[in-house]
Formats: sequence, structure tokens, C-alpha cells
Amino acid sequence: MSFDIALSLRRGERSLEYAFTAGSGLTALFGPSGAGKTSLLDAIAGLLRPDKGRITVGGTTLFDSAAHIDVKPQKRHCGYVFQDLRLFPHISVRRNLAFGRKAYGGLDWDHTLDLLGIGGLLERMPATLSGGEAQRVAIGRALLSTPDFLLMDEPLASVDAARRDEILRLVERIRDEMRLPILYVSHDRAEVERLAQTIVPV
Amino acid sequence: MQPLSPAEWEVLVLSLKVGGVAIVATLPVAFGLAWMLARWRFPGKVLIDAVVHLPLVLPPVVTGWLLLLAFSPNAPFGAFLERTLGLTFLFRWTGAALAAGVMALPLMVRAMRLSLEGVDRRLESAARTLGAGPWRTFIRVTLPLSANGVLAALVLGFARSVGEFGATITFASNIPGETQTLPLAIYSALQIPGSDSQVVRLAGLSVLLSVAALVLSEWLIRRSGQQRGRHVI
Repeated sequence: MSFDIALSLRRGERSLEYAFTAGSGLTALFGPSGAGKTSLLDAIAGLLRPDKGRITVGGTTLFDSAAHIDVKPQKRHCGYVFQDLRLFPHISVRRNLAFGRKAYGGLDWDHTLDLLGIGGLLERMPATLSGGEAQRVAIGRALLSTPDFLLMDEPLASVDAARRDEILRLVERIRDEMRLPILYVSHDRAEVERLAQTIVPV
Repeated sequence: MQPLSPAEWEVLVLSLKVGGVAIVATLPVAFGLAWMLARWRFPGKVLIDAVVHLPLVLPPVVTGWLLLLAFSPNAPFGAFLERTLGLTFLFRWTGAALAAGVMALPLMVRAMRLSLEGVDRRLESAARTLGAGPWRTFIRVTLPLSANGVLAALVLGFARSVGEFGATITFASNIPGETQTLPLAIYSALQIPGSDSQVVRLAGLSVLLSVAALVLSEWLIRRSGQQRGRHVI
């Protein structure tokens, strides 16, 4: 099992419950905005502490309230592509990409830049990138940290219609070539049906 | 206009020394307080906030008197400092620096707190998912994004320190060559008939210093605003 998740967390007044398992490949969390999909990704990344439950990814337990396991976010080896991207504004694309990079044994730099088509952007500052470019850099930054799994939150949200297909193809290549378990959040049915092996309604 | 006399040079150099030492010593305290006020939630926070701001609203002479109560060698705390660290403040330039630092503290805390509150916490969480622990996140994300605000706080605090009068004259007294900074020298010159030209020169110097500091801090604050504005996708 790639993802084995059962947890509850409180957001303001609401209490959210999640329970699902998913095999390899891409798992889509599908549901309307405001259903708590991002909260779930935050909990898996360790940015949000669930009230109780268990999070296991690829056989590794990241959180278990009963066993008092709560792995720190920097130790979860999770590549998180945020909906709002969160590129570091004060450093170049190159240094953004290198931020989480392992000293050795990581993903191949040149190959990843090629795959994403961002080799020409390295000296630019994030503020000067177009939506599609910034999205690809954000994906590249997550990949180059050589994660054990990938969380992608509405990666088409900041991309204009003409570039959507480009990003979709990219996600397919990451899914098929890198064999990373991916948890993919979307509210778009067509997108989810095209990409996902498993669909989890939220 | 005549060049500065040796005595006036001495005043200028002493002022810069007092101001410089004051803000360097105050920096870590101010940053710690700003961090606490910007990031932590704890009972009694309002109280700490109020105490930090006291030097801003109290008459400076009262602040000077309170320092006298705390740091005089007759007071337990002052005696302790003298015994353990060999630090004395009364009638010394270190006392002038202490008074200046205390008076600059609220300004510095306010500026640093604002710049820390302006740092996007979401960028810090992004750094965490990329394998950076709290310390590395602070060094590589939080600090660079708030650096201009911190620098602006230093410049502002320096200007405030160099201009300090009331607390200094109360606590450290007005001793030429030891605690007589620019404002105190102007005050002394005003007491002597016929020293108008000296007053003009010293006052001109302090105007120059203050304006330069203000312009520099405005520029730093504006630059940090631009940098933050640029990070939208």
C-alpha cells in the first residue's frame, strides 16, 4: 500500500474525518473546494497535527496518535507541490531548486531540468516567472529533494488553459517514469479521470 | 564655516561610540523580544508588550531615574554586575550607552516585530517539507526575508541613541569626554553666553546624522516591502 490513512482533525468549528488506502501510482483526492483536501495534505506533510489517527506512506508510519509517533516535517521525505507554489521570493530559481537537494545520491539535476523544461530559467527570480513556469519550478523543487512520495495540490490552479495540457503530461511522466506514489488533489473530474489509478472522494 | 574643533570631534566620536555600542548590545534583546511578541502566544504577553514600550511613553528623566535605582553600585543588581562582570555604569560612557539602548529598545522591537510579522509563514512550512529543520529555516528563509526590517530597526535605534538626552543626563550625568554626547554638549554650550557658533555646528551635526539615519531606514523598509511584494506567483 502506498497510502494508508485514517485520521481526524479539527479545522475551526468543523471536524474532518479521512480514511482510505491506495496502491501505487497516482491517487486523486477528488471533491469540491472547502472539503478539507488541503488540510489532509498538510497533515500528511506534518504541517498540521491531526487530533488522532494514523498516517502510513509506503510502509513508513509518519504519524500514529496511539503509538505517539509524529515524524517531524523535515524528516518525512515528502515532496509537496503547494497550490500557492511558495517559491522563495528572495532567491533565484536555481537556489530554489537546490534548496532541498541532497548533497549526493539525489535525483539527477540535468535530467530533472530537462524533464520539466526549466533549464533556461535558472537565473530568473520567481517573481518574473509566468504561471506555467512557476508551476514547473515548484514541481522541480519538490522532485529535486528526492522525496519518497509526492503531494500535489491543484497543480493546474495557477496555470492558464493553454498550458494545462503541458502540466498534465508532465504529471503523467512523473507518475510513469519516476514511479513515485502521488497524492493529487483536484476538483476537476476530467483531470482526475485522466490521471488517477485510484480516486478517493472527499 | 570653521572645521570642527578637537573638543567637538571628541563629542562626535563619543556619540557614535555610545550609539553604536547601544544598538549592538540592544540588538539581540530587541530581536528576542520582537520574536516573542510576533510568534508566541502566552499569558502575560500584553504585560511584556507594555513594559517594552514604557521608555517610549515615560518621561525620559523617569527612565533615567529607574536605571539609577537598578544599576547604581548601591543597588543589589548594580552591585552584582560590578562584582561578577566588573561592569559599572554610573558616570561612565557605558552608562550613556545603557541609557541610550534602553530608550531605543521600543523603537527597535516595533520595527523588528513588524518585519517578522510580515514574513509569510507558508514559506517557512515549504522549507520544512524540503528537509530544513527550524534553525535552517530561520537562517535561510525567515532571516533574509526580515533582514531589511531588522537593519531599518538598527538604523532607527542608532538615531534614537545618538539623540538621547533625558535618561542619559539623569543616569550617566554630563561629563565631557565620558558621557557628553551631542545633545548633552549642545545643552552645555547653550549655558555658556557667546557660544552660539558652537551650538549651530553641533546642532547641524545632529540634524545631519538624524536625517541620514531616517533616509536610510525608510529606504530599507521600502526595499523590504518591494521584495515581499514580488513573491506572488
